[in-house]
Amino acid sequence: MIPLMHAIEMRSVTKRFGALLANDNVNFDLAPGEIHALLGENGAGKTTLMRILYGLYRADSGEIVVGGQPAHIASPKDAIGLGIGMVTQHFTLVPTLTVTENVSLGQAGGLAFDPKAARQKVADSAARFGIEINPDALVRHLSVGERQRVEIFKALYRNARVLILDEPTAVLVPQEVDVLFETLRRLQSEGLSVIFISHKLNEVMAVCQRITVLRGGRAAGTVNKSATTQKELARMMVGRETFGVTKEGARAQGEPLLRVDGLLVLDKKGWPALKGLSFDVRAGEVLGIAGVSGNGQTELTQALAGTLKPKAGNLRVGGRNLTHASPSQLAAAGVGRIPEDRHEGVVGELTVAENLALENLQDFTANGMLDHRRIRENAEKLIAEYQIKAAPTTRIRALSGGNMQKAILARALSRKPQVVIAAQPTRGLDVGATDYVRGKLLEQRDRGAAVLLISEDLDEILALSDRIAVIYEGRIVGILRAGEADAELLGLLMSGAKEMADGIKD
Amino acid sequence: MDIFLIGLIAATLRVATPLILGTLGELFCERAGILNLGIEGIMFFGAFVGFVVAGASGSLWLGVLAAILAGALAGLLMAFLAVQLGVNQHVSGLGITLLLTGFSLFSFRLVFGEPRVPPSIDPFSRLSPLGETPILGPIFEQYALTYIALAIVPLVWWALYRTSFGLQIRAVGENPEAADAAGVSVYRVRYAALMIGSGLMGAAGAFLSLAQLGAFTYGIIAGRGWVCIALIIFGNWEPIKVLWGALLFGGVFALQLRLQTSGLQLPYEVFLALPYLVTIAALTVAGRNASYPAALLKPYKRE
Ligand SMILES: Nc1ncnc2c1ncn2[C@@H]1O[C@H](COP(=O)(O)OP(=O)(O)O)[C@@H](O)[C@H]1O
Ligand SMILES: [Mg+2]
Repeated sequence: MIPLMHAIEMRSVTKRFGALLANDNVNFDLAPGEIHALLGENGAGKTTLMRILYGLYRADSGEIVVGGQPAHIASPKDAIGLGIGMVTQHFTLVPTLTVTENVSLGQAGGLAFDPKAARQKVADSAARFGIEINPDALVRHLSVGERQRVEIFKALYRNARVLILDEPTAVLVPQEVDVLFETLRRLQSEGLSVIFISHKLNEVMAVCQRITVLRGGRAAGTVNKSATTQKELARMMVGRETFGVTKEGARAQGEPLLRVDGLLVLDKKGWPALKGLSFDVRAGEVLGIAGVSGNGQTELTQALAGTLKPKAGNLRVGGRNLTHASPSQLAAAGVGRIPEDRHEGVVGELTVAENLALENLQDFTANGMLDHRRIRENAEKLIAEYQIKAAPTTRIRALSGGNMQKAILARALSRKPQVVIAAQPTRGLDVGATDYVRGKLLEQRDRGAAVLLISEDLDEILALSDRIAVIYEGRIVGILRAGEADAELLGLLMSGAKEMADGIKD
Repeated sequence: MDIFLIGLIAATLRVATPLILGTLGELFCERAGILNLGIEGIMFFGAFVGFVVAGASGSLWLGVLAAILAGALAGLLMAFLAVQLGVNQHVSGLGITLLLTGFSLFSFRLVFGEPRVPPSIDPFSRLSPLGETPILGPIFEQYALTYIALAIVPLVWWALYRTSFGLQIRAVGENPEAADAAGVSVYRVRYAALMIGSGLMGAAGAFLSLAQLGAFTYGIIAGRGWVCIALIIFGNWEPIKVLWGALLFGGVFALQLRLQTSGLQLPYEVFLALPYLVTIAALTVAGRNASYPAALLKPYKRE
């Protein structure tokens, strides 16, 4: 190997998904034997770029050079042949097969599959790479960290010289992260090159030599670790020096209407997703929850909706303890919800009128029968008031995203809830609908409701919030007034590089 | 051992033979992630093709071979629909059953007209490898196809668990994305599994027309294909357990045949229903912790 030659070079790679430009003329190069970070906010295009390199997506234009030779990579098979291995965010293992079977799958080798011989080969190879795995274990019995180790080993077993890891630490507990870093450093010393995708600054600084920052699909620059700081990286990643958006007409705030105290919630796999999370939202304010996705926002939304039961902590609405309340009890107590996934907030096959009545059917029932006239009148009123482009009898799944979201808003807000919980309320909406939804949320604030805005869109958080709480790994790591927010501080908080010492700042 | 029991065991093996073949065939398909509801029609088609080819050529074995090929061809069609085009597997499977049933009946009329008695053939004769040995002799007086079916059980086990191809089938049926990322062609594996599996279903049909009955009738399959689907669940997608299921069903079926002639004063429909009732009962017990291949019913497409 010629020492200074690039292991991988990607030249002006562009990739569109429909109208969305996911990668815009991105240049990226990987030197042999380095650990190179790909840093960026959610949606910056990191995964897309690497899936192109691994043959899972095809670039619209641009070229890839591997070891000095132009490469044509049309499938993972081609990538494997070029010595490239990738551990994707969602593992590609067969849970019902053993580690040996998973590793051997797709490897050439005759008709007969001799489990003993295959097991021995896997065990020997694992020992050589110094990776601790049990060849006989069924993958479904393994922890997430162990599965990741199997994935890494699978790539090494196929003679990968370049290893791509897509947000490998997102699924790990801190101890496992340490083990992973040790493994990477050792493999690096044996000549392996690694592309490490992350949005966590401290991790990037801990393990990488060079860092390429992606922002909005473009490469914002490549820097040497020794010549940069977390502050500079945060700025490159978020892209603005200061935000400077202060909320107009900050109001005198009233009593806390929503209080969350020490909430502990486990995710589907049984890992703690919210680890003693606390905040409150007062009458007449918008509290924005900022954070990189996957830090507990989904679980927080579900816990506040009553669909995920907390293991500890409590939840008060207007002073009443509603920790274990059902969704309908919460609604009755004055909580209005804009769910994270709007398609889960409606029943697609039902009409607009039926969906608008769905959350408070008791109001539309007479003698155990549905009162269709009242349902229809209610729908006509809300359709006019919220400018929904639909008839009461339209099936709701036929509506555009913006109109569907307006229907959800109408249903939640028409009852004048004292607490409004809006999760990703404008995700995927066009500019007009976005403005409409944001305006409606501010109206609620001005009416005196407590509004909790959970959003991964920093601009949205900054435009609407009176206070901003940053969520990181299931905890609130800082709360600041909107006027105090700047890119650096938010970037540092969101990527876990900093935690506000005084915890919650008012 | 008394005559009744010996006869019962011998009949059990006979009745179980098409079920073993059909269920193993379905097992191949389902372990690769495809529910093949074409089974009922493919068995009917196999019974018909085997019967016609054997009659025309004078060779029963040529009939069996033709039935297997006919089944594999039907599997190819199923694969084209369910794998290539990604058509809903319930729709494509039931469609194939309707198509092949109709096609076989139509061709039957073309070949045989509308005979008053079903056309028959000189069927396979039974082998008696143990001769006049008491007890075992009569029990093992069976058709060659029964022996073959019994031998295929461990063969299928070996193919699934001890060959690279079997490993690929299991991977494709559980997590096609993972198989694809590992460089396995999901489509090729599913095509192969469907063709092999459907070939076995064709052989199951041929057993009925060329051995057990020696004739072809409209009701020759009589829902055996659907029973096979149930037996897979009962056997939890494991070849060996599936064998026990087939033997259980075969046993109850053979028993009710004998009870019908025992002089018990009950309508014969009650006896006829017995095996199916036992199947339902067994399913409610065994089906509760059934572990489906995770990718069953899901068409695979790379993004
Ligand atoms: N298969 C896809 N179809 C449509 N849009 C996609 C697809 N994959 C990614 N995107 C979009 O491309 C953009 C970049 O996504 P991604 O590469 O996953 O970002 P990152 O990994 O940096 O979070 C996002 O806006 C995302 O919604
Ligand atoms: Mg990503």
